[in-house]
Order: sequence, then structure tokens, then C-alpha cells
Amino acid sequence: MNGKNLEVLVMAGLFVLLLAAPFVVYPVLMMQMLCFALFASAFNLLIGYVGLLSFGHAMFFGGAAYITAHTVKVMGFPPEAGILAGTLAAAVLALATGVLAIRRQGIYFAMVTLALAQMVYFYCLQSPYTGGEDGIQGVPRGRMFGMIDLSNDLTLYYVVLAIFTFGFFVIYRTIHSPFGQVLKAIRENEPRAISLGYRVDQYKLMAFVLSGTLAGLAGSTKAIVFQLASLTDAAWQMSGEVVLMTLLGGLGTVIGPAVGAILIILMQEKFKTLGDWVLVTQGVVFVLTVLLFRKGIAGEIAAYATRIRR
Amino acid sequence: MRSRGLIAGLMSIGLAATSAHAVDTSEGIKIGVLTDLSGTYSDLSGAGSVWSAKQAVADYLKDHPGAKIEVVQADHQNKPDIAANTARQWFDTDGVDVIVDLVTSSTAIAVVNIAKEKNKVALVSGAGSSDLTGKSCTPNSIHWTYDTYALATGTGSAVVKTGGDSWFFLTADYAFGQALERDTSAVVLKNGGKVLGSVKHPFPAQDFSSFLLQAQASKAKVIGLANAGADTTNAIKQASEFGIVQGGQSLAGLLVFLSDVHALGLKTAQGLVFTESWYWDTSDANRAFAKAFSAANNGKYPTMVHAGVYSSVIHYLKAVDALKSDTDGAAVVAKMKELPTDDVLYGKGTVRADGRKLHDMYLFEVKKPEESKGPYDYYKVRATIPAADAFRPLAEGNCPLTAAK
Repeated sequence: MNGKNLEVLVMAGLFVLLLAAPFVVYPVLMMQMLCFALFASAFNLLIGYVGLLSFGHAMFFGGAAYITAHTVKVMGFPPEAGILAGTLAAAVLALATGVLAIRRQGIYFAMVTLALAQMVYFYCLQSPYTGGEDGIQGVPRGRMFGMIDLSNDLTLYYVVLAIFTFGFFVIYRTIHSPFGQVLKAIRENEPRAISLGYRVDQYKLMAFVLSGTLAGLAGSTKAIVFQLASLTDAAWQMSGEVVLMTLLGGLGTVIGPAVGAILIILMQEKFKTLGDWVLVTQGVVFVLTVLLFRKGIAGEIAAYATRIRR
Repeated sequence: MRSRGLIAGLMSIGLAATSAHAVDTSEGIKIGVLTDLSGTYSDLSGAGSVWSAKQAVADYLKDHPGAKIEVVQADHQNKPDIAANTARQWFDTDGVDVIVDLVTSSTAIAVVNIAKEKNKVALVSGAGSSDLTGKSCTPNSIHWTYDTYALATGTGSAVVKTGGDSWFFLTADYAFGQALERDTSAVVLKNGGKVLGSVKHPFPAQDFSSFLLQAQASKAKVIGLANAGADTTNAIKQASEFGIVQGGQSLAGLLVFLSDVHALGLKTAQGLVFTESWYWDTSDANRAFAKAFSAANNGKYPTMVHAGVYSSVIHYLKAVDALKSDTDGAAVVAKMKELPTDDVLYGKGTVRADGRKLHDMYLFEVKKPEESKGPYDYYKVRATIPAADAFRPLAEGNCPLTAAK
């Protein structure tokens, strides 16, 4: 059995699990996990496959959430149009910030994205549309395509699962396409990719826009699930959290970031009665992961599987 | 085989720590304290609120032995999404009937909406936004302890009446700060005072020196701090370094709690005036509550939020007792509005149709260090604002519940 088949098999198994999950786990919690799993996977597309560490992905996530919340609540869009509007807004934002940011690398790239994300954050804080620190609350879930009633948690779960699957499939296809191969080549050795005749800036921009758009899709979906958009989604801590999720699960692995996101959300959920200890536990788990599983949890398992196959 | 092992491994990760969610069928009442147990507001609410809710239950059980009441707690980390998720889960699967405390407005508004959707009850004590009885009011929620309108108007009118008739505002530059400034300056003008100017500072800010110098140069008698939390305490600390109070100007805080004054210390905070709804050293019953509170909470004294949690839980239990049922949240809240409130801490009061709990508010002034006789002996009462004047008139709130009538 080759690696790719194995990967497909694992993903099919996980998908079946996800289909059954809401009957065992609280559906809203599952939806939160899926939104963050998609967010982390989108982020991973950039850091794991192009090697660009963005420290401003919260602007796409939070910005899209605000646009969706505003269009659905104030302008009366149906949920699917709201999500689409949020995602498109994230795409435009990603294009605008990407053009500026990809000219730099490493820490400078991270700082440029952080600075732009902070601008979006302060816009969300100050603008009359966003409700200051209260955020946009009480967003109606509405009916998808005019007939699917999303107020039922179980129905909404399957809609969210469909969105997640779509986003995840886009990422999966991107990674395994010739385009994805070029991205990996840029990550490994950018000068060589240039010498081979690739216009790396255009590739990077494309990857940046794709990553930002999918992060926006995750944020828009979250706004519908929780019926609110708040500053938490756009704050820099959110950009940090997604880095944590990705590293925990496994940088540059297909399902790693999703696993990491699920673990972080589970930790927040299980330890919320402990108060301060949530952050301490997160810190300890992170340190242990970095020390013991260099490739992240999923990355380490995949490496183990490869080792025993030989 | 190997791949099967791998899949099993991944499955176990995916489902790690998940538990079967059984629907709670217990007959008793379950009270959820949803608060900030770890962040900025953990001193003014936090663990103290959990204790206060438990104390209210214990006091209630003295008169009603045998009632089954449970108190659970969770930390919302001041994030509305975590608050919303917890509230949903509590209502849907854990059998929680009422959520209390709810510090920070964004989390409170989120939970209030969910309580309405699920027909449960939310009793807000920690959060301040007057929107909770305005455009965000619901038939399933009551705003208990205070709101920003009451603080702004209480401080504004009482300070003008006691001689502080010229104001300068130091305003946090976002919706909340601007609303505070707008409400307060309206009251100052209405009472015959004047506003000499205002300066907006970024939110959050560390360095207030240039803003404070402008305030000092304005020669206004009163400097109004239209901000909250760390911004307020930072501004007060730096004002003390500039000797603003010693120079004859006074500081008026628009959102200050006992825990803030404790953190600042009397030397820094002396002379600060602000409005609160409750102080521990005003009656024997309050002092007894404070004593028990401090014994259980590492010597901390209760804030008005803690007292509000106690008071709201007592009244909720009374209403449930009168109805003999806790299943219909809107009915319980309607009963709470119908019954007059009466508890040892807040005394007698009422709950208005829009969900506003009415009681007297007090204008306090922070004592000088030499006036303080013991731990947490910090306030003297400058004025009492009767319940009828303290809160926003029903008609001005635009609460959809009352507008329909």
C-alpha cells in the first residue's frame, strides 16, 4: 500500500467518524472544531507548503466573520450569501495584503502581516458597523437556500461539515497538484525555483490568497454557527492560536493542523472550569509536543507509519 | 494491518476526551455561574461570584430544606464565542436552568440571546452595557447590579450638585468609551454644569501623560474617566504622579469597582468619586456577608457584582418556589418581575418590565489613607441616588419588549 492510498484511507475513515460524531459529541462543539480545523488547514497551506509564516491570519478569519454577520443581520442576506460575501471579502483582503507582504521573507513577512492584521483589528474596534467590543451579536442563522432550516444544531452541523469538506478538499487538491509541487519547491529552495524559470512571487501570492480565502470561509461559517462576530476573532491572539494548532498537529502534513485544532479546542473545552490552568496546560502540552514530537502529533504518526513499512 | 493501526490511532485522537452527552433529567435547579475565572475581571467577579451564588443557595436552603439545587461554574475567558458555546451546552445537555454573573458586555449579550432561544434564564450582574435593557433586552433576562447609564448619570449629576460643575473627559477611543462620555456629558449639561473639552486616548493605552496634561491645563474642576479596567487604573496612577488631585482637580471614575481601588491603594486613589450600587460597610447584614466572603476568598472583600449575584440568585429561587416550576424560563422571569425583590444585601426593590432591576445607587468617594481604619475600609458615601432617578427611564431604552405595548 503506498503512502497516498493510506492517506486517502485515513481521511475516508475520519470522514465517516465526522458523519457519526454529532450523535456522540455535542454538535456545537463539533462545529467549532470543524471551523478551527479548516482555519488551521488553510493556514498550514501557507506555512507548511510555502514556508511563509503569516502572523496575521486572524484578519481573514475575523474580517470575514464580521462581513458575514453584518450582511446577514443588517442587510438580510440568506446565510449562504452571507458566507459567500465574507469569503469573497477575505479573498480581496488577502490579495491586497498579499501583494504587499510576499515581497518580504521570514520575520519581515510575519511582521508585515501582523501590522496589516492590527489595522483590520482596529477598524473592527472603531467602525460604527462592528459594535465595538460587544461585536455583532444575535446574527440569525436563517434558512440555507431558502429551505434548509439552520436553527437545528444537527442540520447546521452537516452544513458545516459540507463546508469543511469542501475547503479541505480544495487544500488537498492544491497540495497534490503540479501547483502544489511548485510551492514545495519554493519552500525547499527559492533561488533554485527561480532559476528553473518559475515566477515565485506569483505562486506565493496565489497561495496566500487561497489560504486567506479559506481562512475567511472558516470565519464566515463560525459567525453563522455562533451567531456572532467579535473582536476575539480578529485579535492577534487568534493569529497565534492558529500557529499553535498547526505546530501541535504537524506542520506540513495534510490532516495535522485539523488534529491540532481539535485538540486545542478540546483542551479549552475540558479545562474551562479550571480558570488559569487552561493557559498553563496549553503551554505545557505545547512544550512537550515541540520536545517530543518534532513533526507534530500527526506528523510523528505518519513518520512512524513510514518507518515500519520499510 | 499497519494502516488499520494508524487509522485507529487517529480515530482515538479525533474522539479523545469526548463524552457521551446524556440529557440531564434531574428534578432540581441547576445554577451556572459563567464568569471570568482567570482574566482581568476575575477579582471583581470570578471565584467570588461562584462563592456568592453558593452562599445564596445555602441561605435559601435554610428556609427550604430538601430543595435540590446545584451550582456549576465555568470560565468564559471574556470571549463571547466560548461563553456562547458553554451556555448552549449547559442549556442543551447539562440541565442548567439559569446562568448568573456574566461579566463583560459582549459575553453577556451573547448568552442573553441564547437564553431567549432556549427559553431559559440569564441574570446579568457583572456586565454593564445598558443595551441589555435596551435594544438587546429579552423576556428571559434581567440586568441586576448596575449599568453604564446609571453610573454615568449617577456620577454626573451627583458631582455637579456637590460643586463639580466644570468637566473634562479622558475617553477611551471606542464605542464603549464614547457612549460613557456622551451619557455623562448630557447629564452634566442638564444639571447646569459645563464640559470644557475632552481628549480621546487609544484603547488600550499605557501612557496617559500627554492626555493628563491636557486635562490639567483645561482647569476643569472634574476630570471624568470615560474608560474601564486597566485604562482607568493606569490613568488614576499617572494622575496621582502628576499630583492632579493635590492640585485641586478631582477625578471621577465612570466604571470603578472595590477591587480596582484595592489594587490602586488609598494613597493613589484618594479623592476619586464614582457610583456603585453596593458597598460592604453600609449595614450589619452587608458587613456579615463581607466577613464570611473574605474568610472564604483569601481576605478579599465582596464587590457590588458579588452582592448582585447573591441577590439575583435569591430572587430567582423565590420566583421558582412561587411558580413550583423552573422549566419555562420566560415564565420564571415574568414571575421575578411580578414579585418585589427583598434580600439582605440589596434590601427591597423591583424588577422593571424591560428587565432592569431597580435599587438605590450611591456616589462614593475614596477615603484618605489616614481615614481608613481597617482592611477594605475605603469608601465614604457622598450621596444616595434614589432608584427612581438612578436608572434610564423605561421609554428611553427602546427595549422591544416594552415598545410593543
